Amino acid sequence: MGMAFEGLETFYEALAVAIDKAGPAGREAMLTRLALLLAHELGDRDRALSAIAASLKAGGK
Amino acid sequence: MRPAGRGELDSLYFDYPHFGPPMRDPAIDEERTRVAIVGAGPVGLVAALALAREGIASVLIERKDTFNDGSRAICIARQSYHILERIGAVGRFVDKSYGWTTGRSFYRGRQILEFRMPHGADEKFLPMYNIEQQYIEQFLWEAALESGLIDLRWQSEVSAVEENPDWVAVTVRDPSGSYRLEAEWLLAADGARSAIRTLTGLRLKGDNHEGRYVIADVQMEHDYPTVRRALFDPDSNPGRTVLIHRQPDNIWRIDYQLADGEDEKAALSEDNVRAMVGAILAEIGHDKDWALEWWSIYSANTLALDDYRRGRILFIGDSAHVVPIFGVRGLNNGMADAENAAWKLARVLRGEAGEALLDSYSPERRGATLDVFANATKSARFMTPPSDGWRLVRDAALALAVDHDFARPFANPRQMTPYSYAGSPATVAEEGGFAGGPRPGAVTANVLLCEGAWLSDRLGPGFTGLLFSPDARVAAAMGEALGRLDPRFRLLVVGAGGERALADTDGRIARTYDAAPGTCYLVRPDMHVAGRWRQGDPAEVAAALNAILWGREA
Repeated sequence: MGMAFEGLETFYEALAVAIDKAGPAGREAMLTRLALLLAHELGDRDRALSAIAASLKAGGK
Repeated sequence: MRPAGRGELDSLYFDYPHFGPPMRDPAIDEERTRVAIVGAGPVGLVAALALAREGIASVLIERKDTFNDGSRAICIARQSYHILERIGAVGRFVDKSYGWTTGRSFYRGRQILEFRMPHGADEKFLPMYNIEQQYIEQFLWEAALESGLIDLRWQSEVSAVEENPDWVAVTVRDPSGSYRLEAEWLLAADGARSAIRTLTGLRLKGDNHEGRYVIADVQMEHDYPTVRRALFDPDSNPGRTVLIHRQPDNIWRIDYQLADGEDEKAALSEDNVRAMVGAILAEIGHDKDWALEWWSIYSANTLALDDYRRGRILFIGDSAHVVPIFGVRGLNNGMADAENAAWKLARVLRGEAGEALLDSYSPERRGATLDVFANATKSARFMTPPSDGWRLVRDAALALAVDHDFARPFANPRQMTPYSYAGSPATVAEEGGFAGGPRPGAVTANVLLCEGAWLSDRLGPGFTGLLFSPDARVAAAMGEALGRLDPRFRLLVVGAGGERALADTDGRIARTYDAAPGTCYLVRPDMHVAGRWRQGDPAEVAAALNAILWGREA
């Protein structure tokens, strides 16, 4: 489970570039599409739902 | 900058000396030297001392009349302490500096990461030491005085450079007049605004990063260990970053990021600096007095020359490259430049190597700069994100790092690791057969031999052979073949008896070097591995050293 740090770092950098490419008006929708794609790739309902919960918790919700 | 009412050299803890102009006969307007060095900052002083270690005298030209009050490096890495040791200056540094291994990162007041830099009993020095640049220069200057081979001339400014295939000359102006100083070689250690670089028409190339920092030193009694603290999004500087370092004499370095578009002049006013520093200190729980010592502003750049050598001029330190502070490799890489240039130049000057050896200077040290750029760019993107995308991802990683291990390594500042010279003409390509041990080009591995004694203490002033051979005839042939090429060559026979023996009773050295009987390592004067052989044949190892010193064609 999980990705080695180097892979994660590559993803981090690609994500930063993609957010800038989507622009302020498009990035919310882009990030939502990305989340759906990743949940599909993950193929695990419970883990996908707990990732939503963790992302809210990290934002103080 | 200093608080109102205090002069530029009016420090709370350091007495700046005043150096008079050189005692010189003004009638002499033409001088010669083998090596001239321009700039008596830490890099120029290390170069002069590294040449003195090799028995080479130099003339060191410095424009100012005291130690530096501009640049304020404070972190010296382990490998630089090895350089200071080789040039005979490390004792003063060990006594004064604070060593450290640990850093802590905080996000909105909560600690998200504690990182430890690699360290163990086999290392002679700690990963990092904090000491103010004034002491760095003072201690190197004291060592320079003791060496007797360094002609240090203060209040001396270079106004012109003449280049020739066989020499390089500078016009030097001091209070008694102007003279022409002709040298076989010139080392330009005159910093980011290098006069030599400008006079030769060269330019640094690269990028300016987003984000500016105010760097401030304060004096205070503050109870916290020597741990580098990074505060992300703290209440005192919301949305931005703060760095805190401990230094000797109760001095603390506070770096805080400015907001985008914040007016620089206003941010640097004493009132604003006091307000920001006060808020940061309140946030870290310092409720006692503090005094403002000095402050300045900094923005991250990644700039370098295309080639660090131009004919008979070698650029060392900031004259050749300007790097962001986050990797603490400005001064550290400058010191490595200085030693690299010095040991090679000394061998060329003594006729023990051809100019081919100097050809390796720029690829090795420019390679080290590009490596810093790659790491520093990552650090700079994390410390001061350049766009919304980078900021959003950074903030997400920080927020997740509070509860999730996986996100914490992003907050690791990737401190300095020594660059490997693999692929350099002054190293030998790996032939294979090793499953471990230091690779060609890398800094060689240190080993604790017994209480208070390390393998690094046994390395010689020239190239050193580490021979893991029980065969005395091989050892004798190796010593003779390599000694003929390098008069300062030292052979250490690991695990054997006799004059050059290095006891290895529990096999620790052999294990560290993944050595079998017959294995040989060749270590350069700067502690980097030049080459290694599973079965070290004296003729083969000598041919490799010959190629390093004289070029592949030789």
